[in-house]
Amino acid sequence: MTVVTLAAPDDFDGFRAAVRGLVGTPPAAVTWQVAGDDAGLFGDAAPAGDAPPLRVPKAFPDLARRVICHRDPERFALLHQALAGLQARPKLLDDAADPLVRRLDMLDKAVRRDVHKMRAYVRFREVPDAEGEHYAAWFEPAHFIVRLNAGFFVRRFASMRFSILTPDLCLHWDGIGAEFTPGASKADAPDGDPLEATWKTYYASIFNPARLKIASMQGHMPKKYWKNLPEAELIPDLIAGAGERTRAMIAAGGADTSAPVAEAPAVAGPKSLAALKAEALGCQRCPLWAPATQTVFGEGPADALVMLVGEQPGDQEDLAGRPFVGPAGQLLDAALAEAGIDRTRAYVTNAVKHFKFEPRGKRRIHAKPELPEIDACRWWLDAERAALKPRIVVALGATAARALTGRAVTIGRERGRAIAQPDGSELWITAHPSFLLRLPDRAAAAAERMRFVADLAAVAARVTAIAQGA
Amino acid sequence: MAQLDTREKLAILADAAKYDASCASSGTAKRNSKDGKGLGSTEGMGICHSYAPDGRCISLLKILLTNSCIFDCHYCINRRSSNVRRARFTVEEVVRLTLAFYKRNYIEGLFLSSGIIASPDYTMEQLVRVARDLRQVHDFRGYIHLKTIPDADPALVEAAGLYADRLSINVELPTDAGLVALAPEKNALRIRGAMTGLKTAIDDNKDARKHYRSAPKFAPAGQSTQMIVGADAATDSAIVATSASLYDRFGLRRVYYSAFSPIPDASAVLPLKSPPLIREHRLYQADWLLRFYGFSVPEVQAATDDGALPLDIDPKTAWALKHRDSFPVDINTAPRERLLRVPGLGVKSVNALVRARRQRRLGLADLARVTRGIDKLRPFVVAADWRPDDRLDLRPKTARPVQGELF
Repeated sequence: MTVVTLAAPDDFDGFRAAVRGLVGTPPAAVTWQVAGDDAGLFGDAAPAGDAPPLRVPKAFPDLARRVICHRDPERFALLHQALAGLQARPKLLDDAADPLVRRLDMLDKAVRRDVHKMRAYVRFREVPDAEGEHYAAWFEPAHFIVRLNAGFFVRRFASMRFSILTPDLCLHWDGIGAEFTPGASKADAPDGDPLEATWKTYYASIFNPARLKIASMQGHMPKKYWKNLPEAELIPDLIAGAGERTRAMIAAGGADTSAPVAEAPAVAGPKSLAALKAEALGCQRCPLWAPATQTVFGEGPADALVMLVGEQPGDQEDLAGRPFVGPAGQLLDAALAEAGIDRTRAYVTNAVKHFKFEPRGKRRIHAKPELPEIDACRWWLDAERAALKPRIVVALGATAARALTGRAVTIGRERGRAIAQPDGSELWITAHPSFLLRLPDRAAAAAERMRFVADLAAVAARVTAIAQGA
Repeated sequence: MAQLDTREKLAILADAAKYDASCASSGTAKRNSKDGKGLGSTEGMGICHSYAPDGRCISLLKILLTNSCIFDCHYCINRRSSNVRRARFTVEEVVRLTLAFYKRNYIEGLFLSSGIIASPDYTMEQLVRVARDLRQVHDFRGYIHLKTIPDADPALVEAAGLYADRLSINVELPTDAGLVALAPEKNALRIRGAMTGLKTAIDDNKDARKHYRSAPKFAPAGQSTQMIVGADAATDSAIVATSASLYDRFGLRRVYYSAFSPIPDASAVLPLKSPPLIREHRLYQADWLLRFYGFSVPEVQAATDDGALPLDIDPKTAWALKHRDSFPVDINTAPRERLLRVPGLGVKSVNALVRARRQRRLGLADLARVTRGIDKLRPFVVAADWRPDDRLDLRPKTARPVQGELF
């Protein structure tokens, strides 16, 4: 009985040197072991020395390099057997249906898969140290593949300093050279990275609950890997919620939101604000819909006492789909807060619901809506008013005032007082916040801002009076 | 409205991107950063870094730059009239996110698409800026896939190809009639025109690189496209014919199918039901038959029943059942093309058989060792020790029972 002791479980060079010296020894008479395994076998040590290389087909060394990384204790003996077989039958490896070749192919496949999965599922965590960015990962490979796989990580992340810790062997790259150290434990690895929350957000959002295929996921990403994948802890909840989310999508769908609205609704009485909004999304009553991103409809509680009407959505509103979210909106928010009006209790909308602009290079420059556009969109403003029945309507700027009164209005003459409306509500007219933003003179801008806040404060006082009276 | 932070935007813009099926990161030029500069590598075979419970791989950071869109395509979650929340990434945010994810080994790279805002040129310019910043400012050597806007200036597409590994333009629907019905603002002619432009640019670049090795690479992973299955009335026969002509005319690397899936705030024009996942799977199998198994379009169409691929059996089995006279095939003597027709024999198995039989005659046990299972194969093959009884009725054996629809 000959005993060969290799230096490491993936010691390919040691194996090659040993088999060269074993020519003529039947594979069954050799016992292979790895230094450190307490096999305690006694026998004749293999002859040491520089035996000449054996002739093998080209594919064999690469196959052996991978198969030797498998955890199967028989791997050395199987490779030795194949080597002996190859001396008699040089084309043995071409016979994939041969039981021994088949066995080696299966071992090879398992190692390749493990190599691939390690490339996929290593998760680095940033652990900055004195020298700057440093990354470390904990991974549990199925086979002895750390050395085999080191090149991949170095080729990819050579400009980073990183460590991959595993139970068998650890790889360290300092930006210049690779170093291998003995196996570590999970406690030696960092236990988190702030970016993992963002990664999990991505994982949850890219998942489509309408096409649940759990078996397919597990086939590719078996559960044994889950414990070291930060995103895997989301899986049970994503699966549990999928059916409900899909049913909700199917139940909520079906409103034909894209058909253009032809004429006034046939049903008597005002429509709900939500229904109006859904209809308005497909509005093509004037040509402004075409270049704009979307209809920006009003928003606010259905029982709001106050309705604020601006001119038209701007660049940011157009993208966001909500009124007054850009710079003018921020100014409005601040002024409302100073005046004592809670924006969340008001209904905020625009006289014109699509963004009118002129492209200038990369930017979209605001363009003033024309009368036909204001009149076309009045249909929506009137419908909003009818549905909401606000007690106070505030026109912000001349366009809103034009839309609400049907005539040209000089703001300076009409601001600061209630104008009684046929439906019993009050109309208040003031400046548009964009007007304040455009004033180049600081002093003038400050004075205008005070007037604007004063107008809104007067509105606030009326709101309080109405609320108490009601 | 409060500013959305990057994570909130990511939630919206990844959600909006998930209806693009492609996540491939394979088949591009080999690159690495062994020189200690830059970041990343591509080595031919792509890597799937995770899998979602929908069974789809997560290889790339797949997001939209913005989900605002001036188009109103019925099947699309991002259409102008949809009620979804809108968000927009800055170029810098996408660059930062890509690099941070890549350094942690979450991804192979970036797949960036966008709703169309302002104008096609403006949108395309933003996409190109992301890719250019990644490549030039950060020396990123991972994978980049850019969705190309059909109406954008060809000069922008040219620039995109210099930074991206792959470019794609979606044909969206299998037939022009479907496009007219469901994406009225898109134009099939313009889409095909843009794909032709891409093919020309890719071919020209290949030619240039033959003469000048230093010529910069243009989209080395080629172009791909996607079409939605189950949103319009196109039959499987029509879909297979469309993809074959797409492969031929535009030299595509891949045609992806996306089973139409219910989306939040869907348009009433669409069939709202569970996505036809099995149909999608059968179409991919048919695609494989065309690309790797030597089937012609009429042959795949012959596997259908009135234009529809059977759902209970794969298309190759369906074809075999309709061509009983082509079987059994002798695994020891039949040419490779005939072996590829045997249901249950894949390309790898066929290659293994062809190599092994040069050395000796193969029996059933040999066949079992190079395939996944012998039961399905038995009726279709002859081996050294096996000849099937040709009176066998195959279908009940191969077909799996399907649960009936509840009524």
